[in-house]
Amino acid sequence: MTERYNPVTILLHWAVALLIFAAFPIGLYMADLELSPTKLQLFSYHKWLGVTVCFLAAVRLGWRAGHPPPPPIAGMPRWQEVSSVAIHHLLYLFMLIVPITGWLMSSAKGYQTVWFGIIPLPDLVHKNKELGELLEGVHETVAYVLALLIVIHVAAAIKHQFIDKDGLMLRMSLRPEGKTRS
Amino acid sequence: MRTAVFALGLMALTAHAADLTQVVTEKSQIGFVSKQMGVSVDGSFRKFDAQVSVDPAKPEAAKARFEVDIASIDCGSQEADSEVKGKSWFNTALFPKATFVASRIRSLGGGRYEASGPLSIKGISRDTVVPFIVRAEGSGAWFEGNFVLPRTQFKIGEGAWSDTGTVADEVLVKFKLFVSQKK
Ligand code: HEM
Ligand code: HEM
Repeated sequence: MTERYNPVTILLHWAVALLIFAAFPIGLYMADLELSPTKLQLFSYHKWLGVTVCFLAAVRLGWRAGHPPPPPIAGMPRWQEVSSVAIHHLLYLFMLIVPITGWLMSSAKGYQTVWFGIIPLPDLVHKNKELGELLEGVHETVAYVLALLIVIHVAAAIKHQFIDKDGLMLRMSLRPEGKTRS
Repeated sequence: MRTAVFALGLMALTAHAADLTQVVTEKSQIGFVSKQMGVSVDGSFRKFDAQVSVDPAKPEAAKARFEVDIASIDCGSQEADSEVKGKSWFNTALFPKATFVASRIRSLGGGRYEASGPLSIKGISRDTVVPFIVRAEGSGAWFEGNFVLPRTQFKIGEGAWSDTGTVADEVLVKFKLFVSQKK
């Protein structure tokens, strides 16, 4: 049995994953809607979820600094080890960049972000139409890059689970000491 | 209404030399703050006009009529600008102007005043009280104030938009007008 991630890391991993799986499709859907109360609501929900991702990602990085990941599973080829570390680092980077660009874009467009309608976040840049439009493009692009990274990441997890059957998934499983079925 | 405008016209002609009658629109501002999903969003009107006759030493005797060109609205995004000109919001095709006539003005003391009179938007007219302060500057004076506009009472935002949970009923209208002597 290989070593597992610690429970806090596991909880944060799945909380962030869940939030991104909600925020991304909402973002795609809302952007093409005609202006309506529903659109304003979805924009708010999207922003609240996204800001939560940003904070949890920061907490995650802080926690990780004191709780390094378990060593790679035995018998994994070197290229997989290197690329998994690279993808994980990029995931952390984009988990932060995507919501930060969204936050900046909202400030630049003159729509402040008020977390859950309660906690106002400072506007980090002044209202500026051109900057707002530029950041909209940046936010969209980095969101797609994050999606691509997640697709690679999940594909690798699936490969480990169903092709290699090496139990890697258990390291990140929410079920403590999950029963191995393979 | 027509007689009121005519009367105002006469007032302007017979105004004292000291009376201020020229709203300097380039310096003046009429803006508003709406709350969308609990978030304050700023907007403004680029075009407005006024017939005013006021002695800054005696604002109680002033006469004023304001006219705002609704289509000149700036809500912060093009999408929002075109939406609010539509039928469910201001319906600018049918109701291009909002007007306010200050028919009574009373002093509240300490340089503060209160104008009341009919505010007409989208074919609906309601008596509205507008507090303001006066501050002399150079050959003119600033008239500044704000008041809360209950948007649903004027049918600004009908249908799905009448939901005040998304866009709050209370819209804060802010104005800052510089009035000078006729050049
Ligand atoms: C169904 C979706 C997902 C599955 C099945 C999954 C699975 C896993 C597994 C098994 C690991 C452990 C890898 C190892 O032991 O080396 C892991 C790590 C990781 N996952 Fe996911 N994941 C998913 C979604 C996501 C999402 C959406 C993100 C964030 C954008 C993410 C970010 C990460 C990161 C950053 C690590 C590295 C943790 C560290 O070493 O600090 N995952 N994931
Ligand atoms: C993990 C976090 C986030 C993800 C994955 C994400 C993803 C997306 C995606 C895919 C879109 C659609 C892009 C398009 O097709 O135009 C979008 C749009 C948008 N996002 Fe995010 N986003 C996140 C966080 C945030 C945050 C934190 C904010 C603001 C505080 C934000 C504000 C926006 C806005 C305003 C749009 C709409 C742009 C427009 O069409 O006007 N996002 N987001």
